[in-house]
Amino acid sequence: MGIDRRTFLKGLGVGIAGIVPGSSLLPGRLEAGQTPPNKEFMGVLVDTTRCVGCRSCELACAEAHNLPIPDIGDASVFEKIRTTSETKRSVVNRFNTGKGEIFAKKQCMHCNQPGCVSACPVKAMEKRKEGPVTWDTNCIGCRYCMVSCPFDIPKFEHHSAAPKLQKCNLCWERFQKGEKPACVEACPGEALMFGTRRALIEEANGRIYKKSGDYFPHIYGEHEAGGTGYLYLSSVPFEQIGFRDDLGTTAYPEYTKGFLYSVPVVLLLWPAFLGGVSAITNRKEKVRREEGGKL
Amino acid sequence: MNGTTPAAQISSLRDFILFMRGELKPKGKMLTPFNLISGPIILVGAALILYRFFAGLGSVVHNSSEYPWGIWIGFIVMVGVAFAGGAYVTAFIVYVLRGEKYHSIVRMAVLNGFLAYVFYAGAILLDLGRWWNIANPLIGNRFGVNSVLFLVAWHFLLYMIAQLVEISPAFAEWLGFKKARKFLTSLTLGAVIIGITLSTLHQSGLGALFLMAKWKIHPLWYTEFIPLLFFVSSIFAGLSVVIFIGTVSFRCFDKDRIDEGYRRAWDDIVIDLGKACAITMFVYFLLQFLIFVHGRHWSLLNTGMGYWYLAEMVGLLLLPGLLFSWGVKSGNPAPIRIAAILTMIGVIINRVDYSIIAYKWYLPLRERYIPTIMEVVITLAIVFTMVWVFRWIVNRVPILKKPPQWAIEQEQEEQSPARVTALAPQLGLTMADGGNSIDKGNTISL
Repeated sequence: MGIDRRTFLKGLGVGIAGIVPGSSLLPGRLEAGQTPPNKEFMGVLVDTTRCVGCRSCELACAEAHNLPIPDIGDASVFEKIRTTSETKRSVVNRFNTGKGEIFAKKQCMHCNQPGCVSACPVKAMEKRKEGPVTWDTNCIGCRYCMVSCPFDIPKFEHHSAAPKLQKCNLCWERFQKGEKPACVEACPGEALMFGTRRALIEEANGRIYKKSGDYFPHIYGEHEAGGTGYLYLSSVPFEQIGFRDDLGTTAYPEYTKGFLYSVPVVLLLWPAFLGGVSAITNRKEKVRREEGGKL
Repeated sequence: MNGTTPAAQISSLRDFILFMRGELKPKGKMLTPFNLISGPIILVGAALILYRFFAGLGSVVHNSSEYPWGIWIGFIVMVGVAFAGGAYVTAFIVYVLRGEKYHSIVRMAVLNGFLAYVFYAGAILLDLGRWWNIANPLIGNRFGVNSVLFLVAWHFLLYMIAQLVEISPAFAEWLGFKKARKFLTSLTLGAVIIGITLSTLHQSGLGALFLMAKWKIHPLWYTEFIPLLFFVSSIFAGLSVVIFIGTVSFRCFDKDRIDEGYRRAWDDIVIDLGKACAITMFVYFLLQFLIFVHGRHWSLLNTGMGYWYLAEMVGLLLLPGLLFSWGVKSGNPAPIRIAAILTMIGVIINRVDYSIIAYKWYLPLRERYIPTIMEVVITLAIVFTMVWVFRWIVNRVPILKKPPQWAIEQEQEEQSPARVTALAPQLGLTMADGGNSIDKGNTISL
């Protein structure tokens, strides 16, 4: 073969120059939600059979996070179903069901393996080993987390020149001081309960078992989207109180895993293949030139 | 006039300044209909962009928390990147497969791709709510290595550099930098191979961005194969754009900006590009069909979104695919040009579907995202600015005409029989024989 050493080294250099920045981009393991051995995720159990719709949790949440204070005496907010917004990290909705009015709080579910965390290109979204999913100011504002959230929770301050992303962070500030989330503390009816995810699931199962007539036999969030930190109990099927029943049990980061795993393969094999094709066509071209003489 | 670029003589900074002063002057008429329309839009767009940075994103774009991504991402970035696909496909044909016949168009395709990336990356900056943090994923203010977007961001950056390397010999020729040209040319093949690899990954990566929007995207569009669909469609999208831009360029630029031989070879090239489009479109159609059959979504066809899906699949995919085939069979470039335009419309609609039309299709119209006039003006301003820059460069740099005589001699020296056994000099073969092979018809086909 007509490859001298200089040429070979030159080619090698170009190849390595390509692979080094490339391989630094290989995806790491998708460990968005792996539980460290001695830590358990903390979460909140919402028992909608106990919620009276007083919205104390909304008020406490707004106070804890310096958001506009809602008028919780105003019952007209229940006239339509609300979503979280850049000024409301948590909202209570009222649903008219076969078993009467049911109130259900809505906020970030704190997934075990959150789609938003795996979506974030700068790890501004973070799944803390204690359980909360938090947002940090190194965010670039791409809003890919909003696209990727199965519960459609994160909200962006569009109208600000220095916008922040608003979502429940399970009161991470209070959490670090050993305090309960503000909403849990404010709840007068014990509809909200704070604890480890495992203890909450046990508690929920116990309530379903003891008062089977009062509950629909399912804990929403135990398996949905791979499991969530917020867990719900209800007297009616969950789609009647605003929950999607088609999320499946797959953690959302799994949906991009296949693609991300193919990346290192393509990064290594594609240049090798293209280099091979190029060597063959070069040879053909050389033969053509020699046979055709000087053009 | 033999169509080659006159050689620039620059040996000092003063020469350079004088040269640039001459080059900065307009080379054509300023008062053309295109300029009269695009000029004011660019100015208004620039003012609106300033306003956006001071007043926040929501002051300019449609403000909806239901739709995180509007036309700046859904159209400019998604469509722009697909349309820039012509650069990696053409570079693959010319530098890897050694399709010497297509040398005359590779610079045009790569320049278009490079400018597309520069401007569309610029559009990302506009769309980022916290744009001052844009360097974070690059400088490691935390690397989100599990993120598809992290990957796409890096690949964008690296591919822009690769494209700059690919196109740089043309600029060296323009400025008369002989040694630089020789060096830059030697990097071309490496840049092309890295560029194709990066393109494969980030064309599909743009599709992979939607994988976690599982229930938000209509089931006729959502599939786990979105990345593959985005990659395959970028091939014919990019080639259609090359057909379109080439056709417009060879008609609109002044005679002395274009090599006559290149222009004569163009119709023949269009037919070959049409053939590549037809083949990839049928492969893509087959993929779509298999995905549809597997998804068992027959019942969804008889809905509003179903008709929209059928219109896309039949009117803007199958129909242009058949038009391409007809043009290739009959050796007529006219249907191929029409097919290229239809294909471009189809790809625009397909990409916009994913982030806007099929995204939360179930919401009533009043809650849907509809771009504001300001968003549209800024979008148009970005596209027009790109056209202006493209035109400015083609009017000065040897993109559609042969390189200066010295560059052709440099190539021939590299190609001399004594050196031809070595791989390296051929790596970057730009305008290998100065385009002679095209004139003599002594070419190899794909």
